Amino acid sequence: MSSTAAADRPAAARTRSALGAARRVPVRVWIGGGVLALFVLAAVVGPVLHPYDPVATDLPNRLLAPGERTEAGAVAWLGTDQMGRDLLANLLAGSRISLLVACATVLVGGAVGLVVGLVSGYFGGWPDTIASRVGDIQLAFPSILLAILLAGVLGPSVTNIVVTLAITRWVVFARVARASAMATRRLDFVDSARVLGAGHIRIMVRHVLPSCWQPLLVAATVQVGLVMVAEASLSFLGLGVPVDTSSWGATVSVGRDYLGSAWWISTMPAVALALVVTAVGVIGDGFRDVSDPRSRI
Amino acid sequence: MSATRTSPPVADADLLRIRGLHAGYTVPGRSGLRRRRVDAVAGVDLTVRAGQTVCVVGESGCGKSTLARSVVGLLEPFAGSVSFAGLDLASAGRRQRRRVAHDLQMVFQDPYTSLNPRMRVADIVAEGWRIHRGRVAPGDHAAEVARLLDLVGLDPSYAGHRLHELSGGQCQRVSIARALALRPRLVVCDEAVSALDVSVRAQILNLLADLQGELGIAYLFISHDLDVVRHIADEVAVMYLGTIVERGTAAQVFGDPQHPYTRALLSAAPSVRDRPDSATEVALTGEVPSPAAPPSGCRFRTRCPLAADVCATEAPGLRARGDGEHPAACHFAGQGAAAAASVEAAEEKQA
Amino acid sequence: MPVPDMGGEQRAMPVPDMSGEQRAMPSTAGDGARTTGAERSPAARLRGVHIGFGGRGDELPVVRGVDLDLVPGRVTALVGESGSGKSLTALALMGLLPAGARVGAGSVEIDGRDTAGFTDAQWRRLRGTKVAMVFQDPMAALNPSFTVGWQIAETLRRRRGTGRRAAREQTVELMRTVGIPDAEHKYREYPHEFSGGMRQRAVIAMALTLDPAVLLADEPTTALDVTVQAQILRLLAARQADTGMAMLLVSHDLGVVARVAQDVAVMYAGRIVETGALDDVYTSPAHPYTRGLLDAVPDPARPGRLVPIDGQPPAPGHRPAGCAFAPRCPYATETCRTDDPPLVPLAASRPGPATGQHSVACHHSDRVLARATGTEVPS
Repeated sequence: MSSTAAADRPAAARTRSALGAARRVPVRVWIGGGVLALFVLAAVVGPVLHPYDPVATDLPNRLLAPGERTEAGAVAWLGTDQMGRDLLANLLAGSRISLLVACATVLVGGAVGLVVGLVSGYFGGWPDTIASRVGDIQLAFPSILLAILLAGVLGPSVTNIVVTLAITRWVVFARVARASAMATRRLDFVDSARVLGAGHIRIMVRHVLPSCWQPLLVAATVQVGLVMVAEASLSFLGLGVPVDTSSWGATVSVGRDYLGSAWWISTMPAVALALVVTAVGVIGDGFRDVSDPRSRI
Repeated sequence: MSATRTSPPVADADLLRIRGLHAGYTVPGRSGLRRRRVDAVAGVDLTVRAGQTVCVVGESGCGKSTLARSVVGLLEPFAGSVSFAGLDLASAGRRQRRRVAHDLQMVFQDPYTSLNPRMRVADIVAEGWRIHRGRVAPGDHAAEVARLLDLVGLDPSYAGHRLHELSGGQCQRVSIARALALRPRLVVCDEAVSALDVSVRAQILNLLADLQGELGIAYLFISHDLDVVRHIADEVAVMYLGTIVERGTAAQVFGDPQHPYTRALLSAAPSVRDRPDSATEVALTGEVPSPAAPPSGCRFRTRCPLAADVCATEAPGLRARGDGEHPAACHFAGQGAAAAASVEAAEEKQA
Repeated sequence: MPVPDMGGEQRAMPVPDMSGEQRAMPSTAGDGARTTGAERSPAARLRGVHIGFGGRGDELPVVRGVDLDLVPGRVTALVGESGSGKSLTALALMGLLPAGARVGAGSVEIDGRDTAGFTDAQWRRLRGTKVAMVFQDPMAALNPSFTVGWQIAETLRRRRGTGRRAAREQTVELMRTVGIPDAEHKYREYPHEFSGGMRQRAVIAMALTLDPAVLLADEPTTALDVTVQAQILRLLAARQADTGMAMLLVSHDLGVVARVAQDVAVMYAGRIVETGALDDVYTSPAHPYTRGLLDAVPDPARPGRLVPIDGQPPAPGHRPAGCAFAPRCPYATETCRTDDPPLVPLAASRPGPATGQHSVACHHSDRVLARATGTEVPS
């Protein structure tokens, strides 16, 4: 080390902390977050700016390719579908349903899974055995089959699809929460709280729960993507949202008959879906990389 | 610590009384159905009087941590009794036991794992008052936390910090403040200074001594470090494989060890001051057997330089051999020096 | 005021070079048995070594200008508290610095060769034959999926080209010399079937397989129990004496060091603050930190309050200008807060047996020494 380096030590320390902060959030997470933010923004304000009428028919303008002009002179940026409805408006409307279903499912499934996982992981013993076996059985059954079965019984509605998907997903959250709870239960600070006289509820809420958030958040980001795909699959099969509601999966399904003549009807929502799922996945990975609290010195 | 201690209010009161304690863990049995019990602590009697420091010393696997955990109720004993201030903890109800928590606290070995890293120092110290409402009014928490931090030698401005901003020694001070928050009469210290560097360890030991002087706290001090034990102990109990093999005042145990294991431990302990020369060193061969399959008779006989046939068949009781002697659990208590030399020679041959 | 270039200054200084001078035998007892190191060049030599993290190893300096000679036939101890940089120093000798850390300045010489710019392949050739290491956690040093015997024999076969049968015989012999009973049988066992002490013996056997010139032992007994620790220390000392290799014992435990080492170097905040023959340093410490460490150990002869060192060691990157120990030092003066004292041999006039190698980095070592003999009390 030279004398200059020694004299510059405070400056060096500043650079290091700035570097550290930057390293904590990688560039790809920023990109993923940007993409996701764009879609959320589009879902919120898009349908207001560019309304979509699901029952309208405009046959003269049907099956326009992306970028062509309608008879009214407007540019159909993403083309039109077989009824002449604008595909961009369709996607904007669909993004609301897709994102809403994904978030609601993850919230509901996550909440159920968190409670079950926390209790079974903290107490162990027979509550754990029961919860784990039920989860194992359910995981052994392909989740999309289960979803098809449930959706068929409950009938198409946005609420029902959230319920259906939450039932197929809670196990994943329960397992993540259980693993964290089990690991935390053995730590000294839980014993330390017991010595102070803390009860089970207090220990679970104050000491065990906080260590579950981080892995749950990572799991949730992964699940948001998977749920969106699952919702699209159900809608594609006609078991998802009602016919008069727009959803990316439903649009893909409709476009299937026109793949030869109008590729864009299926492709555009599929690309949107892929973008969002990838963005969420990248963010989830980023969370996982910076989630170890011990890496902070 | 005896030097700084003031006499406690009830001088002869047995604060903690352990009788015939068996505790440990269970492992899957051979059949796979019934779980088999492993006694990490196998029949221990121990008494701690108010304001006194009792040290339990031994190597890993001797059961000293199991003993500590049984005392504070983290572990349900298999058999025997632990009574605190006259209340038998095994038969006490949940409510009574929670009340005992005020009087019976614990400081763990590693402050980084025994304190919740997500909480601020003030919340860590005040947690006891949130559990036992009515001890300290919520409005007084901040002032009381400041007082406690000051008591353990930490600047009260640390109240808002999180643990990763503190050094190991400072964290251990926080953990002591937390234990003191409920004004306990007995603090169990499980290797409380073992994770600390030498210079910081001395600070914490001084702090513990000062607190005992000011507040009349009794300590059950679990340690493997003989230098530390010798410094702070009023009474010492040496544990080996689940049993106490020797018990007495610090001067008795360290000055006139009766049990061959105590002697070996003393001579094996690395010391800065008296460096052992190989002539007087009592070298033990082998390692501690598993508590799942302890030897028959005397548990130390597999490593003992004095072991004879009687040791395999008859477990020696912990009793004094003569007047003025302190108790040791050995058929040949006191006869060690002669045999030690032969063991040393044997080990040299082996090497 | 800029801090003086410590690295350069150190290198120019007449550092205690144990190789060059005839090692006078300390008159105190306990050291006489082994003085085979006289007139031999060091097997490893550190000169002004800086190790740090980030950039060119200068953003977070942990080790700042360490000089060390490891001489065949002698055990040198590197003592310090956590964060003092002692383990990094040892790892630098193995070319095994953790990710992000690097030697920023100074030279690490092994067997007379400067290792600067060594490739992985060059380091691999050195490891085992020139330098070998015993770590704190024996389980981390053994591969759990292979038998212990096979792992040692494989080293012999690959590095020495020993035949299968010969390698096996040599391995069993080696396991016997480190005190593993029933070595024939233990040869076929996996690491998890060994007890903690036996595992550490196996690791020592593995480190000694290729007769290294330098053995580095980083807290080799910290994970072990007292009675087992004594066995392992005896073993290390015996193997070192038999083979005549140089040994560096890295430890935080002054008692462990006292059992094995002949020379000792005390590290604080990345620098060696005092070095010399063990007896000199322990009986008449000339640096206030060494003194403080020794005083902080409970002494049966002095019951009552202990004498701790106030405060905490500074974190790397937050070290004060001048002497890093000054904020905790009872002897500190204005000079200490501005000038970092170099490591210099003590004046010959000091009390006790004069060996000429006892060096200290303190402006006030004379006052510390005087205090040690009880003639002056620090204000």
